[in-house]
Amino acid sequence: MSEKVNPEQERVGVYVCHCGSNIAKVVDVEDVATWAADLPNVEVSRDYKFMCSSLGQDLIEEDIKEKGLTKVVVASCSPHMHEKTFRVACERGGLNPFMFEMANIREHDSWTTDDEVAATSKAKALTNAAIERVVHHQPLEQLPVEINPNTLVVGGGIAGISATLELANAGHHVYMVEREPTIGGHMAQLDKTFPTLDCSACILTPKMVDVGQHPNITLLTWSEVEKVDGFLGNFTVNVRKKARYVNEEHCTGCGICIEKCPFKVSDDIFEVGLSERKVIYRPFPQAVPKYPVIDKENCVYFQRGKCKACQIFCPTEPNSIEFEQEDEILSFDVGNIILATGYDLFDVKKIPQYGYGRLANVFTSLEFERMVNASGPTEGSIVLRDMESTPKSVAIVHCVGSRDENYHKYCSKVCCMYSLKFAHLVHERIPEAEVYNCYIDMRTPGKGYEEFYNRLLEEETNFIRGKVAEVTDAARIPEEEGKLIVQVEDTLIGRQRRVPVDMVILSPAMEARADSKEISQLFKMGCDFDGFFVERHPKLDPVATMTDGIYIAGACQGPKDVPDSVAQGAAAAARVAGLINLGTVMMEPVRASINQDECSGCKICNNMCPYNAIIFHEDREVSEVITALCQGCGTCVAACPSGVITGAHFTNDQLFSQIEGILWDVRPEKVTA
Amino acid sequence: MSEKPKLAMYWGSACGGCEISVLNIHEHILAVDEIFDIAFFPCIADFKVHHVESYDDGYIDVCLWNGAIRNSENEEMAHLLRKKSKVMVAYGSCAYEGCIPALSNLTSKEATFNTVYHDNQSIDNPEGIVPLTEVEVAEGTLTLPEFYNTVKSLDQVVDVDYYLPGCPPEPPQIWAVLQVIVAGLLEGAPLPPAGSVVGVTNVAVCEECERVKSEKNIEKFYRPYQINPDPEQCLLEQGVVCMGLATNGGCGALCPQVGMGCRGCYGPLPGVEDQGAKMLSAVASVIGAGDHSMEEAELEEKIQAVVDTIADPAGTFYRFSMSHSMLRRAKVNGSNGKGEA
Repeated sequence: MSEKVNPEQERVGVYVCHCGSNIAKVVDVEDVATWAADLPNVEVSRDYKFMCSSLGQDLIEEDIKEKGLTKVVVASCSPHMHEKTFRVACERGGLNPFMFEMANIREHDSWTTDDEVAATSKAKALTNAAIERVVHHQPLEQLPVEINPNTLVVGGGIAGISATLELANAGHHVYMVEREPTIGGHMAQLDKTFPTLDCSACILTPKMVDVGQHPNITLLTWSEVEKVDGFLGNFTVNVRKKARYVNEEHCTGCGICIEKCPFKVSDDIFEVGLSERKVIYRPFPQAVPKYPVIDKENCVYFQRGKCKACQIFCPTEPNSIEFEQEDEILSFDVGNIILATGYDLFDVKKIPQYGYGRLANVFTSLEFERMVNASGPTEGSIVLRDMESTPKSVAIVHCVGSRDENYHKYCSKVCCMYSLKFAHLVHERIPEAEVYNCYIDMRTPGKGYEEFYNRLLEEETNFIRGKVAEVTDAARIPEEEGKLIVQVEDTLIGRQRRVPVDMVILSPAMEARADSKEISQLFKMGCDFDGFFVERHPKLDPVATMTDGIYIAGACQGPKDVPDSVAQGAAAAARVAGLINLGTVMMEPVRASINQDECSGCKICNNMCPYNAIIFHEDREVSEVITALCQGCGTCVAACPSGVITGAHFTNDQLFSQIEGILWDVRPEKVTA
Repeated sequence: MSEKPKLAMYWGSACGGCEISVLNIHEHILAVDEIFDIAFFPCIADFKVHHVESYDDGYIDVCLWNGAIRNSENEEMAHLLRKKSKVMVAYGSCAYEGCIPALSNLTSKEATFNTVYHDNQSIDNPEGIVPLTEVEVAEGTLTLPEFYNTVKSLDQVVDVDYYLPGCPPEPPQIWAVLQVIVAGLLEGAPLPPAGSVVGVTNVAVCEECERVKSEKNIEKFYRPYQINPDPEQCLLEQGVVCMGLATNGGCGALCPQVGMGCRGCYGPLPGVEDQGAKMLSAVASVIGAGDHSMEEAELEEKIQAVVDTIADPAGTFYRFSMSHSMLRRAKVNGSNGKGEA
């Protein structure tokens, strides 16, 4: 704050935007502009069709030069849209870019009401608030921040893999952290992918191998991020690498230990409980990395101190089995972080009337995926829970937990398509079987998707448009005996139907990870009510978040299919690569600073900075904000009881003037003589 | 009268402590007597209002006004003395920012009267008599000043040249300020700019407090009788609400250094609009309750439990500054009190 501004002498230019009809349809923009012309400090006030157009920006630039404006207010859209545009226009006119303030009379005004009188009055209040604020604006200089070229990708599903490979292939180092023992994510569990029916593993595993072997990738599986400090360009990450009890340097992945392990447990993760795995295991044959992991909870050696079969039979020298291994905490620096933490499937037991867990032959989509998978527990045969009988009729229930007021209101986007795929696979494997798809609406938008639906219509799948009320085994007529009966209202014929089938497949909603809230707090970014991470802009900035340097990709942002996840992973990588290539970015100079002469050293502020930017000088007994670390959140500014911490661009003068300005028509006269 | 500068001191709504504090500057009081002629000082010398009214405008060189503006007499006298004085000093916390009298801005005149004249165990008022501004008696009309709804600070009624905070101000500060003013009046030395708060350090009381400060995490607040605080450690860290952090220094941190939390009588630091809000914000920032893993509702409950241990938050954080605060007063009968007296 080198040049001191004098609010009395400021010359403000006010520009009220029509935004075509977006604003002008409800707000009388001409009236606002005329009214503003008579306000104190206002030198010129205009309205214009599109302020963001080149011609609109030129108006600002010319007025600065010709009328000697010192401050500029544009009343238009959200600063998220065009604050930068107008700051740059001010700069071209010769002003410091921070001599600008934006009044949002679109998102906060014209889009919220049809009441023209109220909207115009609010536009005046917002514009006046901006004028009264801007006269207190101080010139600020942007701060350069260097970008560490390394990137952290959290999550090894297809979105994370896509992001990681894009960056690594562009020559940048990536740390990939995956909490499971292998990368691959949900896609590794799937059999075919719609609508082309590519073998999921066949297209995924080459990419997994690439990740595992890439010189630019440090792959940390069986690991979780525990702590994230820092900011765009300069994050420090702590990762807990859980003990695998297998030495990754010595292990050759031969698998003899797995073979020799004498104990089996149900494989609840990869095979969703349909088969068993050994206690030392690798989730599936193509797992990357190839090293097995010991399931400590179930390991007889860990529980009872005896066995060690894996160690005894391990052929490597030195032996790869290390029972004494402990969790390791790794710490490294990265410039950017991409979160691709994926999704959970809705727990279908929450809808008891669908019978899952109670009625043996009700399956989940993931169970069916494993079942039809050639490398799955039944080697691709579709069988009932007894693992041998072939169903003669199958009902597939869409929208289980999706589009449902009681569970998730949103559409999970992929279920219609994979439900169609299931129908196709049943036709293919059991040609004589009757297949019923019970759907609310058939949603097949995507390349080749509608064609796939048509194909299923031709394959004579029975489509019943209606939400399934219940799945029961209580027969009413002899034909229903021993069957599962799907009770559904067929809304196309306007009648209740009871469809007796041998097998029911539930297509559950995709939902946010159970711990998505904690993850969002760990990375200091937002998640919505459903737990999905929030993008910076739903249309124009879908992979960035409100936290600089943190990007999101794939189903952690919302339900998504494989192609969308891959595209988002690549998009996030492109954003990161752009920053790495720049090397240095200019950051908002909105930072806190402590007046060193007036600080009493009370130590209120010292432990509340989320970025650890405040240090205490023991010798002088005062606190100081390290500007490079400060992110301008304002926590310390609000907390400082002496008022000696100032938040640049958010000073008391600026905020109080803005508040008074917005209340211009109701503010009391100053209480003085 | 001689050519000595003229000194006046008068009280509005006050306890009398400010007058005593002037007399409490020890041997310097003799110097005051030597330097000044007393022009009006009802506490120590017999003057009447008509004496003041008879003075020329600006006749009084320095007027030390103490006390808040609670009724029409206070306001009338403030205007009169302002007119007759060259330098008007808001002396003490009541004149500066309302102080204890202004806490009644949290209620209304009616409620105050009710407590004082009706609903109070020590009251015997069967006829329900309350003060009236006018009453007719056989001899004629008797009048009383009007009791206002809102207690104001001196500067909310007249222009004020200097503020000398404190409840009451501390003797060394009083003497220092008088010396500056005397030097200005007699020797033409530069005076502080009008509107200055004088007799303060403009750094928080903590600067003068010898207690050891560390990072704060408060899990429970204590009232003074509930705790025997550690003599070395910062009081706030021990859960004693100490306003020192949000209070202008100059007093020498007398209270906290003897184990009593600073009450905040020297008022806010420069640039702080609202001392109470600032302190609340600071305290809220260091409440140690729950952790990030908790659900919002649970966390809120934990925080609330800690906050509930603060007795009388308004009276604690706004003990001295209600008139000057952004709150200013509670609503009265649906009005926000902005227009009425």
